[in-house]
Amino acid sequence: MELILENIGHDYAETEVLRDISFTVKRGEIVCIIGPSGCGKSTLLRFIGGLERPDTGRVLALGEPPAGSLNPLTYIFQDFALLPWRTVEGNVSLVLEDHGIKGRQARAIIDDVLARTKLADFSKALPRQLSGGMKQRVAIARALSVRPAVMLMDEPLSALDSQTRELLMDDLIELWMRERFSACYVTHNLAEAVRLGHKIVVLSRRPGKIIEVVEIDIPLNERPARIVELDNLQRQVWSIVREEARQADMELTHVA
Amino acid sequence: MSHDVIAKETGVAAPAKKPAVRPVPFRGGGFRHRPHGPVSLLVFIAVLVFWEIGCRYDVISNIALAPPSQAFGAIMDLVHTGMLWKHLSVSLYRLLAGWTLGTLLGIGFGILIGLFSLVRAGLMPLVSALFPIPKIALLPLFVVWFGIGEGSKVATILFGTFFPTVIATYSGIDSVDRNLIRMGQSFELTWLSIVRKIIIPGALPAILSGFRISAAIAIVLLVAAEMIGAQYGIGAYILTAGAEFAIDKLIAGVALLSVIGLAIAWLIGRAERYFLDWRT
Repeated sequence: MELILENIGHDYAETEVLRDISFTVKRGEIVCIIGPSGCGKSTLLRFIGGLERPDTGRVLALGEPPAGSLNPLTYIFQDFALLPWRTVEGNVSLVLEDHGIKGRQARAIIDDVLARTKLADFSKALPRQLSGGMKQRVAIARALSVRPAVMLMDEPLSALDSQTRELLMDDLIELWMRERFSACYVTHNLAEAVRLGHKIVVLSRRPGKIIEVVEIDIPLNERPARIVELDNLQRQVWSIVREEARQADMELTHVA
Repeated sequence: MSHDVIAKETGVAAPAKKPAVRPVPFRGGGFRHRPHGPVSLLVFIAVLVFWEIGCRYDVISNIALAPPSQAFGAIMDLVHTGMLWKHLSVSLYRLLAGWTLGTLLGIGFGILIGLFSLVRAGLMPLVSALFPIPKIALLPLFVVWFGIGEGSKVATILFGTFFPTVIATYSGIDSVDRNLIRMGQSFELTWLSIVRKIIIPGALPAILSGFRISAAIAIVLLVAAEMIGAQYGIGAYILTAGAEFAIDKLIAGVALLSVIGLAIAWLIGRAERYFLDWRT
């Protein structure tokens, strides 16, 4: 399944937040969206998954989701969005219950996704007992359990410390090597973007427009070894966004 | 003295000497509460002892207050005559019936107001208008509507507990993390699932702390409701004692009310620990 964004534009009250955004998320491709804070990148992600409606333009899905996909467009949130009153396995089972998956069938899926996210020993733990990195792995496990066609990740590593972020990035790469999922990955962290993105969509400050789309053809698993090339890439992207970020920082906030 | 220290530290006066080593003074103490096990009990006993002594030696006039020993005697009288259970059972029945009905209705309406904007638009002004009315003022009306027997007493407590529960419930629903609801929607949970598995558990802490308020209100209204047409009940007992100017009995009745209040608070505390063990 591919996602096609066509001329997306949006206003909040008097303020224009997004203008004429068009790009495609191909199968098995991770598209990173970066831009200065307040450029509407999280709003854009909510449009992509149908949680909000854009004023102009549309998001189209091309082709059928893979067989057995329960929730083709699945989010991973910055604040994890785990139910604090449910255990790790309870949080995963939450998204299965409404599909009528219970009992042994649910058990099998839960065990599988917890094993894949290295959480097998923590299935009975409550969210408050987990570190930030583990909470986000639970959220990833929950997303995997519904077999998404496209993962919509809203700054998934931004609430974590830099060491945990490194570890989780490795986990994500490992996961992608196995599953080849498609993803839309919103971040303001350039290092994450060049490590995980096949394509980086660079947005301007408000109103967010596409300044440039940077394609990276280094395979994901080779990137940690080719750190110099990656560093150059990151510098190149930074030179594109630098001025935008500086000016965005000087603006007064109009949007609540 | 202090000059010496400075001189030593800066090394101006005695450059040949080694610099003095001393621990950095601790400044982070205080402003933190620690448990002091038996203190509360000691204070309680001390108050009783002073009270007893004051009464015995006429420092406290026995028109103003009866000594705790006499109040205890009044309680023992109640036990021996078997009236204690009579008063308690009648009062507890009224409390339980009024509070349970008021709370159930309150949670029901609170959920409706919390979930549906049409219901909120229609009922919120009504709730805001009726909440501040002292329900005691309506007692004569309740007597006309529900009869002078149990009906009016239960109704008073019911109305008194209904409004705070409504408010606690809908504000609890309003405070549920919107991101959790959005998460539920993004996984295509049904509306009922989102309400049942996300919104109601999320509102539970606010609902349970509303219980504390409504329980206290229920005890106040119990005494008020037993002012009219009640032969038995702790409130009736206190009022009779007041009319007879039997201060020992009055204090005994008040002590019983306090015990009921403490017992309810303890039960709610247990319920909170059971239902909200997921909180930090």
